[in-house]
Amino acid sequence: MAYSDKVLDHYENPRNVGKMDDKDVNVGTGMVGAPACGDVMRLQIKVDDDGVIEDAKFKTYGCGSAIASSSLLTEWVKGRSLDEATEIKNQDIADELGLPPVKIHCSVLAEDAIKAAIEDVKKKRSEGK
Amino acid sequence: MQFPIYLDYSATTPVDPRVAAKMAECLTLEANFGNPASRSHMFGWKAEEAVETARRQVADLINCDPREIVWTSGATEADNLAIKGAAHFYVKKGKHIITSKIEHKAVLDSCRQLEREGYEVTYLDPAESGLITPESVAAAIRPDTILVSLMHVNNEIGVINDIAAIGKITRENKVIFHVDAAQSAGKLEIDMEAMQVDLMSLTAHKIYGPKGIGALYVRRKPRVRIEPQMHGGGHERGMRSGTLATHQIVGMGEAYRIAKEEMHVENARVLALRNRLLEGFRDMEEVFVNGDIDHRIAGNLNISFNFVEGESLMMALRDLAVSSGSACTSASLEPSYVLRAIGLNDELAHSSLRISIGRFTTEEEIDFAIGKVREAVAKLRELSPLWDMYKDGVDLNQVKWAAH
Repeated sequence: MAYSDKVLDHYENPRNVGKMDDKDVNVGTGMVGAPACGDVMRLQIKVDDDGVIEDAKFKTYGCGSAIASSSLLTEWVKGRSLDEATEIKNQDIADELGLPPVKIHCSVLAEDAIKAAIEDVKKKRSEGK
Repeated sequence: MQFPIYLDYSATTPVDPRVAAKMAECLTLEANFGNPASRSHMFGWKAEEAVETARRQVADLINCDPREIVWTSGATEADNLAIKGAAHFYVKKGKHIITSKIEHKAVLDSCRQLEREGYEVTYLDPAESGLITPESVAAAIRPDTILVSLMHVNNEIGVINDIAAIGKITRENKVIFHVDAAQSAGKLEIDMEAMQVDLMSLTAHKIYGPKGIGALYVRRKPRVRIEPQMHGGGHERGMRSGTLATHQIVGMGEAYRIAKEEMHVENARVLALRNRLLEGFRDMEEVFVNGDIDHRIAGNLNISFNFVEGESLMMALRDLAVSSGSACTSASLEPSYVLRAIGLNDELAHSSLRISIGRFTTEEEIDFAIGKVREAVAKLRELSPLWDMYKDGVDLNQVKWAAH
């Protein structure tokens, strides 16, 4: 199984690995997947007052394609508004990384993760008001 | 060191140079290329002589009569021949077969085929150690049982079944006992005169012989009959038709001869290397050896690094050639059925690595491997949300996962 250079790059030089304070009302956390499936992604976003994602962090338990998908997503959402981030499609991730058909589900999981994180922060903020 | 470093000896082995030299003597016009079945000229006679020498070499390793060795294209074919062959021949005695959940696919799929034909198969559960106990075999035997098929050494976890004890039970109950010895021949002492095993599958490529050649041991005393699966010229006493591949057979013979001579010294060396490898992980947290560490062949180490997924670990270990029990690395998205059967939970099954060492592994390679594995595990744990949660004291079994 040959890994694409882009996938390898995300492992060798991970971007935005880390953890945010999930108690912070401006932080949205999306945790998707399950150990039983071999894929768990935790994606976190920090949103400013204008609804723009100012920072993103991830941690992933999963194969190289899963790590790369979630890593790429954190790169893409930084500087985007919540509405723009919701528009990101798994196919975009798969295309960018050159994922083979058997790994498409990794990009789907990443899309689920960002949507979950966005929903989480929206919920927190509306509750906080 | 040659990169990647080969640590997947359980998958296959390189042909020993001495074996390759012997094989090369059976190929070209000037060499021993004749058809061993050609009765009428020197070309055939010389080829036949080489085949019979090899047959004796294989028989010597397992202490049996050369007439009990039937050449096949490998252990998979030997498994098929043994299982289907015996089941069909003895169908009037019964249609119940016993095997285990952790057999090689060649055995499992042959049993599945028999189920489609109306046979009933019992798949025994291994203990947590990975071993199939003689007691569980005894408990499963019925009046209509005709065949028990169990492997000597498991290919994934390397554990050793007590086939001598199981053979006693099957013989008492007049049930044919087939053993897949693909992973054990040349690594463990096998004495067919002492053991009550009726059929045994053998291969060359796990013991520094070529791929594409194996054998089925078929007992003569007491006589075991099998229905042939390959029909044709009646080769191998009618049990397996097909022109014998002299070069392949000579290769297997030489490999078995070398194994008989060097087994004990090699085992000691390989065991020392495996112990060194395991020592290298001793101080790491949440590391588990899968399967019994004592009843295990020297070269196998199947190990799980909790909270790190197997395929990502293999990607991180690009400089090592190893295999994983992870779902992502199998064609389906299911983790290893062997690891599941011994009770491993999903995380540990996904996080496993099979490192198998052999004749050409050096201490330098082991030390390099230790360094790489430690580095990769540390890095992947940094990336892992499960490691985070473990460190925070979260009980992962209590978490409600949003799986899809």
